Formats: sequence, C-alpha cells, structure tokens
Amino acid sequence: MRAVLRRLVPRSLLLRNLLGVVAGLVVVVLVLETTSPFRNSQFATMSYYAIAAAGLTVLTGLNGQISLGHGALMAVGAYTTALLLEGGSVPFPLAMLAAAAVTAVAGVVVGAAAARLHGPYLAGATLALAVGVPGLAIYFDGLLGGEQGLSVRSPRPPDWFADAHYFLTAGELGGAKYLAYVGWITLLVVVLLLANLMAGRYGRVWRAVRDDEVAAELAGMRLGGLRILAFVVSAACAGLAGSVLAMVVRLAAPSGFTIVLSLSLLTAVVVGGLGSLTGALLGSALLVFLPPAVTNLGTGAGLTGVQAAQLAPLVYGVVLVVVMLLAPGGVMGLLRRLWRRGINQGGST
Amino acid sequence: MAEPRGTLDIRGLSARYGPVTALDAVDITASPGRVTAVLGANGAGKTTLLRTISGLVKGADGSVLLGGRDLTGASAETIARAGIAHVPEGRGVITELTVEENLRLGELLGTARRGKGGREHRLDTVYEMFPALEQRRRREANSLSGGERQMLVIGRALLSAPEVLLLDEPSLGLAPRIVAQLFALIRDLVDREGITVLLVEQNARSALSIADTGFVLNLGRVVAAADAASLAGDADLRHAYLGF
Amino acid sequence: MQQFVNITLNGLSQGAIYAAFALALVLIWRATRIINFAQGAMAMFTTYLALTLIESGQSYWVGFAAALVAGLVLGALVERIVMRPVEGGPELNAVIVTLGLFVAFQALAAILFGATFQSFPAPFGLRGFTVGEFTIAFTPFSVFVIGSVLVVMLALTALFRFTDLGLRMRASAFSQEVSRLLGVRVGRMLTLGWAFAAVVGSLAGLLIAGGNLVHPAYMDAVIVYGFVAAVLGGLESPGGAVAGGLITGLALSYVSGYLGSELVTLAALGILVAVLLVRPRGLFSRVAERRV
Ligand SMILES: Nc1ncnc2c1ncn2[C@@H]1O[C@H](COP(=O)(O)OP(=O)(O)OP(=O)(O)O)[C@@H](O)[C@H]1O
Ligand SMILES: [Mg+2]
Repeated sequence: MRAVLRRLVPRSLLLRNLLGVVAGLVVVVLVLETTSPFRNSQFATMSYYAIAAAGLTVLTGLNGQISLGHGALMAVGAYTTALLLEGGSVPFPLAMLAAAAVTAVAGVVVGAAAARLHGPYLAGATLALAVGVPGLAIYFDGLLGGEQGLSVRSPRPPDWFADAHYFLTAGELGGAKYLAYVGWITLLVVVLLLANLMAGRYGRVWRAVRDDEVAAELAGMRLGGLRILAFVVSAACAGLAGSVLAMVVRLAAPSGFTIVLSLSLLTAVVVGGLGSLTGALLGSALLVFLPPAVTNLGTGAGLTGVQAAQLAPLVYGVVLVVVMLLAPGGVMGLLRRLWRRGINQGGST
Repeated sequence: MAEPRGTLDIRGLSARYGPVTALDAVDITASPGRVTAVLGANGAGKTTLLRTISGLVKGADGSVLLGGRDLTGASAETIARAGIAHVPEGRGVITELTVEENLRLGELLGTARRGKGGREHRLDTVYEMFPALEQRRRREANSLSGGERQMLVIGRALLSAPEVLLLDEPSLGLAPRIVAQLFALIRDLVDREGITVLLVEQNARSALSIADTGFVLNLGRVVAAADAASLAGDADLRHAYLGF
Repeated sequence: MQQFVNITLNGLSQGAIYAAFALALVLIWRATRIINFAQGAMAMFTTYLALTLIESGQSYWVGFAAALVAGLVLGALVERIVMRPVEGGPELNAVIVTLGLFVAFQALAAILFGATFQSFPAPFGLRGFTVGEFTIAFTPFSVFVIGSVLVVMLALTALFRFTDLGLRMRASAFSQEVSRLLGVRVGRMLTLGWAFAAVVGSLAGLLIAGGNLVHPAYMDAVIVYGFVAAVLGGLESPGGAVAGGLITGLALSYVSGYLGSELVTLAALGILVAVLLVRPRGLFSRVAERRV
C-alpha cells in the first residue's frame, strides 16, 4: 500500500511540492465555496496566522532561535500596508510585497542583534521588542494614528477574478471570500517557497547549526549570517501575514499586536510541532477554531462574554505547558512516532 | 543480616549508557578498616562503579548494601545521608563557595547523621590536619591549588562522618611527593578511624602500596580480585591491565 | 532643576522595584538556568488576591501579607509541578513553559478578577514631601517602597550568607551533583528558591500596584524592565541585579520625563540590546566575554 503511494509521488522535490500546492488550491476552492461567509472569514484569519507561523517555525524549529517579537513584525507589515493602501493608488499585491520587504529589512536589524543571542536572552530581547514596538504607533500618532490606529481599505475583487470565479463556481464572490482567497493563495505560495528552502541546502545548514553549533562552526559555516538569514525569511513571512491581517481586519492598531499575539503564534508552532510546516498549519487552525469553541463552552457554563473570551488564551497557556511536558514534538511529533511504529510493526510481521 | 557496620557489599551490579555496557555483573566487597583498591585502564568502568554506588547513575541492575541495608535505587541524597561519602573524579570542589563554606557543607551532613551514631568531626580537627586550608578559609575555593583542593574535599568528606569513603582518582594531577603524602594520610585515616575506603586509581602501584585488597576492572567486568600484595606480585596481570 | 530632581527621585523608587523584580529573576536563573518569564504574571496574580481581600474589607496589611504568602506557595507549586520536568533539558523548552504559564495566569486573572482597570490602594500618602516651597516627587509611599525593598534584600543577604539553609541553597545553585553527594536535598532547595523568588516578585507587584491602576497585563512591561535590570547586573549576581534595577529605573525615568512615556519600553529594548552586544556579562563584570 505504502509502496504504491510512494510510486505515485514524483521524485523531484519541486514537482512534489508543486503538486502539493495544486492539490492545496483545489482543497481551498472546495472548502471556501462550500462554507458560509462566517467560516470564510475564519479561514481568512487562519491564513494570516498560518503565514506567520510558517515563518516562525523556520526560525524556531529549524534554526533553534525563539522569537516573541513576531507580533511586532506583523505590526510592521500591517502598518506598511495600511499606509500604502491609504491613497487608493497602490494595487494591493504591491502593498503586500512592500510590506514583506519592509519587514524583511526590519528583520535584518533585529536578526543582526538576535544572531548573537540564544535561548532565554533572545526570548527576553524579543519580548522587549513585542512590548516596545506598539509604543511607536502612539509616539508617531500623526502618521500612525495613535491608539485608534489606521483603518485599511480592503481590496475589492477585480473583475477578471470575479468573472473567473463565477465561471468556475457559479457562486457569489463576497468580500470575505475574496480575502480568504487572497490569504490562502499567499499562504500556499509561502508554504511552497519555505518547503523548498527547508528541503534544500539552507534547510540542512540551519538544522546543522541548531543541532550542534560548534560542529557547524568548525565545518566552516558562518553562523551569524545564517541566523540573520533565517530571521529575515521569517520576518518577511510575518510582514506578509501582517499585511493580510490588515486587509482582513481592515485596521492596523496597537491593540492588535500585543504580546498575546506573539505568544499565540508560538503556541501554534509548538503545538503543531516545531520545525514542521504542516504543524504550523495545524497550529494556526487551532488558533482560529479553538477560541469560539471554548468561548461557547464558557458562556454555556455561565461565564460572562468578557470572561469567556479569556478562556482561549488560558487554553493556549495550558496547552503550551502540557505539550512541552508531555509531547515536546507537538502533534507532528506524535504522528511521526505513530507512523514509525506502524512501519516497524509492518516490517516485523 | 549480620553484616558489620560499614561493610559495603556490591552484588551483580550492571549499568548501561544507552547501548554501552559500562558495568557487567560486578561483585565487590569492601570492609571497615581496610582500603579496597579498584584498578583498571581508562574506560574500564571505575567512575561508573562509584557513581552507581552513590546513586548518581540510575537504572542499574544488581544491589548495593551498606552494613546490610539495601541502598539500591535510593537517591544520591539518601545514600550520602546513609554514610557513603563520594569524592568524585575531578574532586567536586564548589569553586564559587569559600573554603570554609565547602567544609561546612560536610559538617552539616555530619550533624544530620550524628543522630545515627556517626563519629564526630569538627572543623578544627580538619584545620589541624590541613593547616593550609585554615589560612585560606575565607577565600573562594576557586583560588586553591590542586593539592589544596584534594585536602579540601577529603576534609569535607571526613566532616560528614562517613562509614564508607569512595575516592575517584585522588592522585590525578598531583606531584609524586604530594601523592605519597596523600596516600599515607588515607592509610592513616583508615587505621585510626576504621572507616571503609574504596579507592579508584589509575596509579595502580601507589594504590596497591596502601591497599589491603584490590579488584581489577576491564570493560566493566571484574577480571581479578585478590589481596593487594598478590595483585602487585602478579606480573602477567600487571602487564595486561595495570601498566607497571 | 526641580523637574530633574523629581524625575531622579521617581526613577529611584521605580528602580528599587525593578531591582526587586530583577533579584527574583536572578535567584531562579542562578539555581536553574531558567528565566522565569511568568514572574510578572505570577506577581500580578498575587496582587489581585491582595486586592480581593482588601476590597472585601480586610486591611491593606492583611492583603499585603496574603499576597506574599500566596507568592511563596505559588512559586513552590510552579517549580515542583511544571518546571521540574524541564529543568536541565533543552533551554527552549523551559522558556516555552514559562511563557505558557505567563499567558495562562494572565487569562486566569482576567476570568477571576475581571479584565478592567481597578485601582489599588497605597498604605501611605501619595502626596510629595515639601522642601521649602517645592513639593518633590518623593512621597511617604516612596519611602515605604524603598524601605521594603531594602528589608527584603537584607533579609535575603542574611539568609544566604549566615544560615545553613542559605548555604545549602547556594551550593545547590552552583553544583547540583556535588550538593547531592553532600546529602543536600537539591530538589527541595530549588523549590524553595522558586518560592523565595516568587515572594520577592510578589512584593514588586504589590509595590508597582500601590496607588495605581491594575489590570491583568499591568506587569508585562515590568518583566521587560526587570529582565533588562538583571542583564545589566550580569544575571548572576544579586548585587548586580540591585544596581541594574536602580540604573534601569533612573534611565527609564529620564526617557519618560524628557522624551515621552510611550518610548520607555523601546528605550528598555535599546538598553538591553546595547548591553547584550557590548557587555554581555553585565556592566560590572571584569571580563567582557560570555555566550549569551
Ligand atoms: N555519561 C556517559 N555517557 C555515555 N557513556 C559513558 C558515560 N560515562 C562513561 N561512559 C562510558 O562508559 C565506559 C566506562 O566509563 P568510566 O568513566 O566509568 O571509566 P573509568 O574507568 O572511570 O575511566 P577513566 O580512568 O578514564 O576515568 C566508557 O566506555 C565510557 O565511554
Ligand atoms: Mg574515571
């Protein structure tokens, strides 16, 4: 059975990943077309969490650097997008690219400092980043709108897209659905790029650095440059995610980028399994679909709305602790263990 | 069981590090008032033996008995409180503490044990034995020389009023003259206080010169066990395992 | 001139609190090589307990004492139950566990005590002393802040320098294995270390809250300031933490007073990065090198 599956999958990595993306696209279309506008907007939310989490998993899972500052990096992307879309003359894909680029530049700066830090020091420094950056929006309130933030014009679907969509599905293309498409197409592209990167030379090198710094350095790898590169890649993803967030939420405001956002992203990658893109997707799904569920449970159990809304972060925190204590490999780690056990049993019988 | 106090009985002790078997069914007995030497080449399993006895290596098979009391699987803290003092490889000076603070840690253990009838040792007697330590009592142990550190850890172990003293390569890094003094001191202590000493050494010749009995370990197994004089007199054994 | 004096005085009393918080971080770091990022959230939680008692009609001092005792118990429980399994493991795992606790405590506080701002009483006056014709920014409450931080530091110093328990705790922090061989119950010492640290953290939480508004996230920035202070002091030394706390308090007070309060956390970030890159072992170490 497995052998057959294996033969059906193409050899070349790029082809295999491309095939995955096309399959992903089909799934996205099917899911978005068959679900309600409310679910569509949930999927739009999931797309930006997943983009940021995918970037973070490269940094933390592959390169072993923790970042609590990804919420702040998302803020950079979101504000860039808000500013560029303000006049109405910049097309949104350009704004997204610009957001990624600006955040990548921020990533160079942060990464250069971070490259020399590890573990708790890095966590503390990026925590300071997460707590400090929203202050900038308030300080430059003339440009960035202070506490209120900037409202964002979210893009309308262009005619050709709406036509193509109608042609394919004979359905209406609502605003939420369009944004969900934008988010998920971005996500698929990001995942394709990251998957290739992780499987390629840089992926190997990053893993080597994570596993044995000294050996990697003796082997002639330039640790500093490699770490900065990981940070930049990861920051660009956070910038893109922030850009999608701004368009979906129609707002870039300091209250959207608290430390809790950074910690939610960390939860997503840890729960999914550090270093795994699939894990990052699973973790992001958790961030989107868990809160309404536990909030409902909470109101059902007699909590007020405000209290029930706090159940989700409570669960994140508990889950972070429990996963680290019981299954540090996250969901993907567990699955991999089961899979291996299956192979071993299959081999011995 | 009618074992006398202070007898250390090791039965069928085996220990593994992953796939590596470091100890393989080792039987050793060490008696009060005697120095029992454990000899063997690098990697023979000597350190592992002591660390297993004192509870630092977990998950071993076999048993460790002190005066008939089964200590197998107990925590290192419990084993230390039962009266086994382990002076580890590299000596185990806590370099951030002062000389006197290091000694006081031994004394605290001794005080905790005294209820159980341990012999009394006081800081003063250790300072009498090692005047160099008294001069440096307020200094960080960091500043001591190798020989002074060895005095410090032996003094610290004695303050804990042990029944059994485990010494892991005490001669390492010391000048021959200091080694001779050190071994004379150990012999003297055993004769005066009647404690049990298990002495791990690479320096087989010196060790056998003060030991009563000896065991030779190779690849985790006991390959020879006899009184010290006959071990020292066995030329084949010396060539094969002891290198002198 | 008057402004400068006031900003300095304010910086000193804030600095005393950061010093206490940094001290709590250093105690745990020395013993377990873990930065307790949940320290602030734990302190927030015990401060809310105090507030609940005070609002139910108890005196400030009952609430104060209860918060410290709660800190002691909470610190011990946290170490024993969730930190023990990750001690000595990969450093990232321990970091993630403390962050999980951070989020969990904050959310739990919002559920139990509400997510709104509540005012927290101060046991002493909040009006500045008058010197000649000026009112300076130094209040009876500031005296209490600095005094209680001093008392705690002296008590800790006495504990570590002069008692057997303190000796055992220090030994466990420096060398767990040797301490075990000397019969020290290292596990208990680590639990106690976390417990004492949480008491000091709780004190910092109470002092920050006094005469101010509290809400579940009010300690977030303090974690950063405390961490900056601890790193300034080299992360290893209690004395360094205290000095680092005072320096941080002063520096941030000047930034707030002359540049704008929104920039305080960013300034803290700037100080942190500068120290980590230029003097990773802290301001007071003689050697500049260290892997951070
Ligand atoms: N922590 C460890 N993990 C894995 N293997 C170990 C460990 N400690 C020791 N070993 C292995 O166990 C065997 C016995 O080691 P041990 O340290 O007990 O030898 P030894 O006789 O004390 O040697 P030496 O004279 O060099 O101190 C060796 O093969 C060693 O490589
Ligand atoms: Mg050895």
